[in-house]
Parts: sequence; C-alpha cells; structure tokens
Amino acid sequence: MKYIEEFRQHDLAQQLSAAIRKAVKPDRSYHLMEFCGGHTHAIFRYGVQDLMPPNVKFVHGPGCPVCVLPIGRIDNAIALVERHDVILCTYGDVLRVPASGRRSLLKVKAAGADIRMVYSVRDALRIAQENPDRQVVFFAIGFETTTPPTAVAIRQAQAEGLGNFSVFCNHVLTPAAIQNILESPEVREMGSVSIDGFFGPSHVSSIIGSRPYEFFAEEFQKPVVIAGFEPLDVMQSALMLIRQLNEGRYEVENEYTRVVTREGNTKAQSLVAEVFELRRVFEWRGLGLVPYSALRLKEAYAALDAEKRFDTPAIAASDVKGCECPSILRGVKRPVDCKLFGTVCTPENPMGSCMVSSEGACAAYWSYGRFRRPETASRESVA
Amino acid sequence: MCLALPAKVLAIYELTDMAIVALGGVRKEVSLALVDDVQVDDFVLIHVGYALNKVSEEEAERTLRLFAEAGLTAGEPA
Amino acid sequence: MSAVVKRFPVRLDLRHGVIDMTHGSGGRAMAQLIEELFVRYLDNDLLRQANDQACFAVSAGRMVMSTDGHVISPLFFPGGDIGSLSVHGTLNDVAMSGARPLYLSAGFILEEGFPLADLDRLVASMARAATAAGVPVVTGDTKVVEKGKGDGVFITTTGVGLVPEGVDISGDHARPGDAILLSGCIGDHGVAIMSSRENLEFETSIESDSAALHELVADMVAAAPGIHCLRDPTRGGLATTLNELARQSGVGMVLQESAIPVKPEVLAACELLGLDPLYVANEGKLVCICPQQDAQRLLDAMQAHPLGRQAAMIGEVVEDRHGLVQMETGFGGSRVVDWLAGEQLPRIC
Repeated sequence: MKYIEEFRQHDLAQQLSAAIRKAVKPDRSYHLMEFCGGHTHAIFRYGVQDLMPPNVKFVHGPGCPVCVLPIGRIDNAIALVERHDVILCTYGDVLRVPASGRRSLLKVKAAGADIRMVYSVRDALRIAQENPDRQVVFFAIGFETTTPPTAVAIRQAQAEGLGNFSVFCNHVLTPAAIQNILESPEVREMGSVSIDGFFGPSHVSSIIGSRPYEFFAEEFQKPVVIAGFEPLDVMQSALMLIRQLNEGRYEVENEYTRVVTREGNTKAQSLVAEVFELRRVFEWRGLGLVPYSALRLKEAYAALDAEKRFDTPAIAASDVKGCECPSILRGVKRPVDCKLFGTVCTPENPMGSCMVSSEGACAAYWSYGRFRRPETASRESVA
Repeated sequence: MCLALPAKVLAIYELTDMAIVALGGVRKEVSLALVDDVQVDDFVLIHVGYALNKVSEEEAERTLRLFAEAGLTAGEPA
Repeated sequence: MSAVVKRFPVRLDLRHGVIDMTHGSGGRAMAQLIEELFVRYLDNDLLRQANDQACFAVSAGRMVMSTDGHVISPLFFPGGDIGSLSVHGTLNDVAMSGARPLYLSAGFILEEGFPLADLDRLVASMARAATAAGVPVVTGDTKVVEKGKGDGVFITTTGVGLVPEGVDISGDHARPGDAILLSGCIGDHGVAIMSSRENLEFETSIESDSAALHELVADMVAAAPGIHCLRDPTRGGLATTLNELARQSGVGMVLQESAIPVKPEVLAACELLGLDPLYVANEGKLVCICPQQDAQRLLDAMQAHPLGRQAAMIGEVVEDRHGLVQMETGFGGSRVVDWLAGEQLPRIC
C-alpha cells in the first residue's frame, strides 16, 4: 500500500529512535499531548513508546469525537428510533457508546430497532431513497474531517428534494477543544498537567489547514507539530517538538506536508460554511460546556435538521459514579488512575466512552499497553 | 480519529463527480465533491466515502528523506 | 443418483418454489423435500436407509464428537456458502483434536418462504464439500419456522471421529518454550464476508478460505504425534484463539508480527475499515502449538500440503502469570494482543 507501508518501516524507526535519544536533554521531561485518537492508536498499535527515551511522555487528549459525545445526545438518538420509528443510520464507532441506563445503540438495535451501520453518509442517502415512506435520520458525528462529507450530503438531499432524510448534527470543532484544555484550571494554574507541546491532528488539519493552530502556539507559548498518523510521522513529529522545546521556540510546524497545507481545503471549508453555523455552546463529555465548539444546520437547511423535525430535548445525563473519563479526556489523569479501570470498566463492559471507543485512552491502554513484557516494561512510558 | 487513507485514482466519472480508487488491490467508489483537479493516477486521501485532499507525491518523498536524514544528523537543530 | 421410486405426483419446483410450513410437518411434503433434495445430493448408504438415525460400527479407541450451529449472513459469499461452511466448520472442529472425522449429521431450520432454488444450491454445495472431504452426512433433520423467525436457513452439523493412538491434543497442553505455528494467511474469510455485506461495499478478489483441514491435520499428526494444541481461529480471529489457548494452558505468548502471513488485499481492506486482521475470522486455517524440537518437521509437513503452503512459525509460548499474548511489532515496538471486546465494528475515527 503506497504511502502507508513506507511510513511504517522498521529501519527508519530505529534511526529516528536514535535521533530522538540524542536530541533529548537528560535533565528534563517532555510531555507531548496527542490530541487525535488516530495518534493514540498508532502509538499503541505499533509500540512507538518502546522506541522513545523514558523522559518523553505521551499525554492522551480527547481527540475522539465519540469519546466527547455527551450521553444525552445518544439518548436523543435512541429516542428517535424508539419513539419516532425512524431508520437511524450511524457510523460503527457510535454503536457501543454507553448511554443512560446502561443502554447503547447496539443494544437497542438488538432489541429490534431499525438502526443501520453505514460506512458513508452517502449510504444513508441511498437508504432514504429506497425507503420513501420511512423517515431516515443520519447520526452525524466527527471533527472537521468528517463534517464536509455531511455538508455535501445535505446539499445533495436538498437538491433532490429528499423529504424523508434529516441529519442529527453532532459535529464538533478541534481548535475550541484545544483551547478548552489549555485554559482549564488544572493546566493553567494548578500545574497538575504539564503539556509541553501538541501533536496537531492529521486529517482535521488537512481540511482546516495549519493556520488555526498559530493562535495557540502564540497565545499559550506551546509548540505544535501537525503530524501524520503513521508511526514514523509520530516519531518525526516528536523529534520536531523536542527540538522546538530545546530551543525555546513555540511555532506551528507541519510534518504532514504530503496532505496538509497552511490554508487547508478551501473548497471543503466553504461547503461547510454554507451548510453549518456555530452553536453558541455545546456540551462535551469531560470538558463540560464549551463555547463555539459545535455546529448545527443553518436556517436555509432547517428542513433537513432532525432536531427541528423531531423532538430532541437536551438531556442532562451524568457519567457513572467513579468514572474518570472527564479527567482522562483532559490528560489530567491516566486510565490507571481511575478506580473503575480494569475492575468494573473493561472493553466488554464499558462504563464510559474512553473505554468503548477504540481511540479512547482507556481502551487503547487496556488493549495494547497493560502489563507490558518485563524486558520492555522497564520504562514508565505511557503517561 | 479520522481514519483517512491514501488511495490511487483509477477512473473518474465526471457526470456524477465520483471516482474509483484502489488501496492495495481493494477498490472503492468515492465522491470527488470536496476536491478539484483530480486526474487518473493521482493519489487522494479518502475518508467515509469521500476524497478529502490530494496526496502530494513530492512531499511524501521529501518526508521519507527527512526521516532518513534525522538518523544521520541527530542532535542538530531543525 | 439413486433410483428413487416415484412416489410423488409432481416434482419439487426447485426453480420457483419456496419452503412452506408443510415441509416441516412430517408429512408427504417433507418426505418429498428430503428425497428429492437432501438425499439426492447427500446420497450415501446410511442416509438412503431413511431411518431417524444412522447405525455404524466403531473400532476401539477414543471417539470425538463436535457440533456447530451456522447462522451466517449472507448465505452465499465469495468462496463459499453456509452449506460448505457447515461441513468444513464441523470437520475442522473434530480434526482439531487430531481425530480422523468419520460421519456428519445435518439439521436444517428453514424459514417459511425460503426459495427452493437457494436450498438446492446450498445442499449441492454441502454434498460437494462432504464428498471432497470423504466424510458422508449420514443423518439429518428438517424443521420449518414461520416467516420472520429465521434468517433463511440455519444449519447445525455434528461430526464424530476417531483419535489415533498416542495423540493427546488439548487446549491446556501448551507449555513455555513451545513453538506457535500458523497454517497460512489470516483474515480472508472475514474480509470476503464483509465485502458482500451491504453498506460496506468494496471490490476485492478476496474469497473465503473455507476448507476442510482434517487431511492436513493427519499429515501433521503423522509427522509429529506429540503436538500439544490445535485450534482453528474462526470467529474473533487469530488473536481470540491464541488468548483462549493461553488462558486454558495458563501461559503467555510472544508473537512476531512480521512472521504472520496476511494477503496484501486483506491488509488493505482492513485498513479501509479500520479493522485489525488479527481479529478477523478464518475458516480454513489452524494454529498449532508444539514442542520446539517438532516445529521444523511440522512446518515441512504443513508446507507440503496445499492448505499449508504459507505455514509459518509466528511465535513462542512463555511463562506469564497474567496469561497475556504480546507481539513484537514490525515497527520495532511491542504491544499486547488482547481479547476481542464484542464484535469488531468498522470505524471512521
């Protein structure tokens, strides 16, 4: 697979590992937050931390749109199916996320509800075309990478007069989340989480460009490196962050130049701007209410807005008692710090999103990282 | 997050703005609604059935060279 | 085809007919279905006796019995169908004890409305699989459920076999220092199934690897009777099977990712869907755990057989009180290969 396998090469990994070991200063540690679940996944799946020196620590951020989806929104989706008998089309990621009352879309589907997993929003359009006498709702989730496809589909539905199709929009914005983390009391004042630098998300950046991060680098004086999501990309980006920190720089650098430019995909950006507008505030699981962090359909597309077509009341659902997802999402605590981790909360029986989504810090840590082999576990390598 | 992969464009259907792309021998149909100027044999980044961006082959080569150089010039400023 | 006395005025309409409730009621319609479809294809002496049971002599020794319910959807997929799968699956379960399979039984639960043309195709496929394997289906059962209460057809097959002397294969026999062998490429079956499921459409030439492994096993047992464990990694994939064996035996395992054979197209399909090939189902592969000194001999025997050409040593068994399966990645790091949590779902994130 071209442009994939070359970025996983063993020998280059060894070289980068040596370069990183040479670059780090022995008298300090480097806390590097990967915001993006894809980076968490790469780090764990390939065992990147084994190739890093002990004073470089990865801090896992919230970069999983499934992880940050509030329980109440899943409850809304379940209500759509149960009370309004819609065909609910959803990406696979959301199916197992726990909602209120220990339910989930998967469990509701097992009980007979018409919930269909799709790979693309285009499949939802097709289902709407094939079932003209049923209401079809697309459960839209994702960061800026996934929003443009939804925008295209909404415009297509409108152009075709697809009256039985609507979108339940939960698209969220990355820069707002980064700001929220950087401004949170734990980070700013109490100093209990030190984040020295960020791996910028790969594919969000391919859409929004590297420019939006310049504000953070400047305002919070932290370096940002937009990183590709193959393991060599992560290592090279770590090296670039380490070099910036050593030199006291806080710039936005782009490692993922084969896909990301400073301006991003302007065509996609304008399509999104045409269809969506900012919600004044949106609740993020673990981060609470974050202003201007999520999107909803514009008035011109109100006819396709599931929240206007159906009753989707704001449900304030709380996390399971003892669940540390909120802290883990912020990088304030680690999975092992949560009392439920590995006892009550496992991938088979997830209490919170961090365990359900394979991008979540807890699931990744559980599946790939716990009880590492004695020879390799000598480093405390996962933050 | 955002599982997006580079795939090679095999065929383009201008009327529907769709393309057939291939990843390691697996073919998929994707929409080109979000990208302009795509040609056959280009590489595009695909995500949920849509091409998001073109993949620059020169930049890909350059990045791989950077990795190799890092090993040689370890410790020097960027 | 056996000479069937013409007892039914009109033959089954295999092209346009469908299953209805009378086909399961025990009367003439059911008898006709059995004769003109099941027995016609699965034909053998025992089945033709038309008793409710099959009677056969057994030689002294240890017998093995295994049963499997097959509920797969779609019923027809690249490289196979539920019919051939139900034969291969149970033959393999019997063979994983080191036994030579002798006989099969097949129970069908048919849904009202199920097209006879499809049933005809499936049973013909089962018959081909059984004949190729040299193991007849000697008895069976048919029931019909109301429309909506079945997924077209469910098939349960049971197999019996005989374990040769000196062979003692069991999931709890793995010992630290043992070699872990794999008979070939993983992930083919799961990817073939997914490629024919709705909403996940992608074009690939990957076919299911569904196959009967008992002759490969016979060659292996002949080469090294001291094999400790054999198991076929079906649902949940290689990772699940290895975790099961590790737990049963109270050991750990260390794998080498670069040694695990996977077809490039399977890798690509898994990348597209965000799946890990280690967890994708197989239906024609086996895992063998054996003493280190037998490993090369076994690999030679496997590679000499058509179903084992890509056989490889993929790791070794180690002491580990946590019972973890770990893997040295091709990249140079290390990771835990955990149990599968629920069904592996394609992801976008």
